[in-house]
Amino acid sequence: MEEKTPTPEKKTTLLFVNKEREPLFSKKNRKLLSDPMDDNNPITVQVLGICSALAITVQLKPAVVMSISVMAVMAASNVIISLLRNLIPNRIRIIVQLVVVASMVILVDQILRAYAYDVSKELSIFIGLIITNCIVMGRLEAFALGNGVWKSFLDGIGNAAGYGVILILVAFFRELFGSGKLFGFQVIPDAVYEMGYVNNGLMLLSPMALITVGILIWIQRSRNRTLIEKN
Amino acid sequence: MESYLNLFVKSIFIENMIFAYFLGMCSYLAVSKTVKTAVGLGFAVIFVLAITVPINFLLDTYLLQSGALSWLGPQYADLDLSFLSFIMFIAVIASMVQLVEMIVEKFAPALYGALGIFLPLIAVNCAILGGSLFMQQKDFSGVTESAVYGFGSGIGWLLAIVAIAAIREKITYSNVPAPLRGLGITFIITGLMALGFMSFMGIKL
Repeated sequence: MEEKTPTPEKKTTLLFVNKEREPLFSKKNRKLLSDPMDDNNPITVQVLGICSALAITVQLKPAVVMSISVMAVMAASNVIISLLRNLIPNRIRIIVQLVVVASMVILVDQILRAYAYDVSKELSIFIGLIITNCIVMGRLEAFALGNGVWKSFLDGIGNAAGYGVILILVAFFRELFGSGKLFGFQVIPDAVYEMGYVNNGLMLLSPMALITVGILIWIQRSRNRTLIEKN
Repeated sequence: MESYLNLFVKSIFIENMIFAYFLGMCSYLAVSKTVKTAVGLGFAVIFVLAITVPINFLLDTYLLQSGALSWLGPQYADLDLSFLSFIMFIAVIASMVQLVEMIVEKFAPALYGALGIFLPLIAVNCAILGGSLFMQQKDFSGVTESAVYGFGSGIGWLLAIVAIAAIREKITYSNVPAPLRGLGITFIITGLMALGFMSFMGIKL
């Protein structure tokens, strides 16, 4: 990343809250991208968007598709709400946000149905549930309503990536131990099975998703002691 | 009658919103610190689910499904508006929540005091929209069936959140490894409870 060469900015005060010149990938902006990966992860720290994260992690492929969809929805709706942030009356902001998010989700849903029908079948109602995914609404409320367009865009991408990392990690372990496959291809060689190794069918059931996330939280917090809760 | 009862039991235990589909997990984790608030939110969820699922069912059968508009006239018979269902459902839910809030405030101030802060939260509870989307997939035959389904799912949700809140109240007295405290242990307990709920699978009345 070339943060040393500041890109010349246009003087559009609408786009940026702080008028002082700031390079596009300044340290603060890069922090918006990297923070949600670990210290401020939407799932394990902010506790947002758990619903869909757990239900679709049986295999890697739907998890990857879901992360990309969430990223698209979050980036787009963050940008739109950030553009409109001075026009939305405070009282009806939730409904405005829901409508914006819902239209983005409809777009994603139709695109998936057109180009990846079997995956969209597998995700069934969970694409629709991105609308009420707390990450999207939470970031709109907490960030996009008070920040400029470029920052909101980065925040959307960063949080969606943090969400995707957890999703893919959980799906990786569940698919590997549950069915011995990754992306639908067998990775555990037949020789291992002949020695008596058996797939753990329990990993495919929904309770194990919760326990896997619990263990991920455990690992993360024992690495990063500042995140430990009092009780 | 028996089929309604069957659907009711199924939606509470076997297809429990939280343990089988993880719907409404965000508020489930955030509001389950004490039993009292958990009960309040649980009742609000039952209330809203039992109202919005039948309404969305009517909307779906008479407005959105392909061919649903044929009552308007034969020229509308092959219109398919089902791509609008997300936005219609969420609009119904958001406005219903607003309406319910106003009605409760006017006629039952005591209940409003208890539910007050939770009602707006419910508009973005995945369990509510999830109920409507599952209703769409399940092809119910009538309004009553969808109402029973919505009511049952709400009760299942209440059951789950009250149970975890009670456990979390007790667990503050035990010695949990520091990195697991709070969120981590709650996840693992929920996983174990979900394993327990799996034993209801296959029950039929």
